Amino acid sequence: MATYSTAARLSRSAPPTIERREGHVALHGDWILSALRRRILFVRFQLRAAHGAHLVWDMSGVNRLDAFGALLLWRTWGLREPETLAMPAHLHGAFDRIRESAVMSVEVDKHDWLAPVVQIGSAVLGAADHAVGMIEMLGHVAIESIMLFRYPREIPWREISASIYKTGVQAMPIAALLGFLIGIVLSFLSALQLQTFGVDNFIVNILGLGIIRELGPMLVSVLVAGRSGSAITAQLGVMRVTEEIDALATMGVSRHQRLILPKVVALSIAMPLLVLWTSAAGLIGGMVAAEFQLNLDYRFFLETLPQVVQVANVWIGLGKGVLFGMTIALVACHFGLRVKPNTESLSSNTTASVVTAITAVIMLDAVLALVTRTIGVVVR
Amino acid sequence: MSSVIELRDIHTRFGHVVVHDDINLNVRRGDLLALVGGSGSGKTTLLREIAGLMKPTQGEVRLFDEPIQTGTRVTRRVRKRRFGMLFQGGALFSAFNVFDNIAFPLRELGRLHEDEIYALVMSRLALVELKPHHAKLMPSELSGGMVKRAALARALSLEPELLLLDEPTAGLDPDRSAAFVRLIRSLHDQLGLTVVFVTHDLDTVSALSNRVAVLAEHRILACDTLEEVLCIDHPFIDSFFRPLTARDEAPSGWVIK
Repeated sequence: MATYSTAARLSRSAPPTIERREGHVALHGDWILSALRRRILFVRFQLRAAHGAHLVWDMSGVNRLDAFGALLLWRTWGLREPETLAMPAHLHGAFDRIRESAVMSVEVDKHDWLAPVVQIGSAVLGAADHAVGMIEMLGHVAIESIMLFRYPREIPWREISASIYKTGVQAMPIAALLGFLIGIVLSFLSALQLQTFGVDNFIVNILGLGIIRELGPMLVSVLVAGRSGSAITAQLGVMRVTEEIDALATMGVSRHQRLILPKVVALSIAMPLLVLWTSAAGLIGGMVAAEFQLNLDYRFFLETLPQVVQVANVWIGLGKGVLFGMTIALVACHFGLRVKPNTESLSSNTTASVVTAITAVIMLDAVLALVTRTIGVVVR
Repeated sequence: MSSVIELRDIHTRFGHVVVHDDINLNVRRGDLLALVGGSGSGKTTLLREIAGLMKPTQGEVRLFDEPIQTGTRVTRRVRKRRFGMLFQGGALFSAFNVFDNIAFPLRELGRLHEDEIYALVMSRLALVELKPHHAKLMPSELSGGMVKRAALARALSLEPELLLLDEPTAGLDPDRSAAFVRLIRSLHDQLGLTVVFVTHDLDTVSALSNRVAVLAEHRILACDTLEEVLCIDHPFIDSFFRPLTARDEAPSGWVIK
């Protein structure tokens, strides 16, 4: 078979060489990419030296020639065959393959002076698009939950319970550890300042208010956004890539009901509980550190706490938990459903999901701090 | 004639599941070898072992007369550049467009000018019969047949001596499938390729291969030309190739039992 003879030639190998003698250029060896690559600088130099002159090209010594070798020669020859050329028949194929593409070269994009304006514009439009999408999704989820009140049989209990377990129960050890350590740090830091004023007892006020009202919800939000928000986005994103969401749609299952609603419900149940848990761990940490630093009795700490921190603060903390949990779930689902079928989009949407969730939570927290500034604190 | 691939006493086991039990196979230069067998017979596993993606439990895989796992980092890398693989789903990098996918192996080589890479990529596109404007498309925007072509162009991008194809025609309609087979055949003639492909499509086997290796019962039952393989009396070969033998009532000279 003809291909076997071609193949036999392929099994020999020799480096590419150029021999030049009085207007006569003889090429030898393998003019293929892998062989040329090793001595490309030298070959380019020699070819450039051979350029232009009216030379006799002898390629009968060439063993193998691939598209790259052909391209090098073809461009050296100025995109046409030299007048005197000796070329064995088996080398023609390589030239045929590159003859048309050899004239092409990289198109250089022209510099666009309006690019920055376009960039800002598309960023603004993109943000608006996200906002609209988010509101739309909130609407869908609201409609779905109303529907579920009418048809309670369809409430996705299993999905909700699974999500609570994954986002809540499994986060408990790490949340406790974080809360405890932050409590210790905060307590040490404040204790040093309070000691200089001789008002050691105020450590209870600071820790109580700070952790229950602000730090607990904030800490859990950051943790859950990084832990569960990213997981939700990646999961929905991969489901979109593998067309699982389309498969659900063809079975008449609403993705808002079966995928998004359970996550929103689960996070708004699990988050306040996690807040409670983390705040407790934070207070214990603070209490231990206060004992060390200020010799503050545990019993004194626990007795003073309910007197200086009103119950309203606990409700504010828990309310924040519910709100932040919903926010994180909605943001994560929103970005998850926007994933396009490629790896780049999956990674950028997961990043965007976590960053947006944390930013949104902090912004909401600032607004809430303003709104609730007279509730639960003694204003003198 | 030297062999491109040589499998010596390959045994593969996943836990207690035996996939390959003593497989020996020789692929010579210029072969168009079809690796056929039922589902789950370990065809793709064997192909992955040839490509060095998996290590057999026991036995030796030799590529280009060298054991595949030996040598320094550099020699192994050079050896890997001598073959191209077409994965079943294409495995195009989804974050790159078609052009960058095909240019990727060339850029990895280094030392080539961007201008040369452009010309080479365009010639590969023409080789697999894609249009220049397809170069800017992302893999997700391509049809199934175009994904296969783009992936083939990437596998061919370094002009390898050996091409490994995993189910080259799966998921293509008969028309496209026949065109793809013609394409691989013409590339085989032009580039002097050795091709090993896994398939369970009989049309592809009869149109593309010049040798057939039948993988069943954890062994290579036969490795010969299709005509010779069809002569073998074995229940698996009988049932596997029955559509082929029943349809062509021996006009092409195939021996039918």
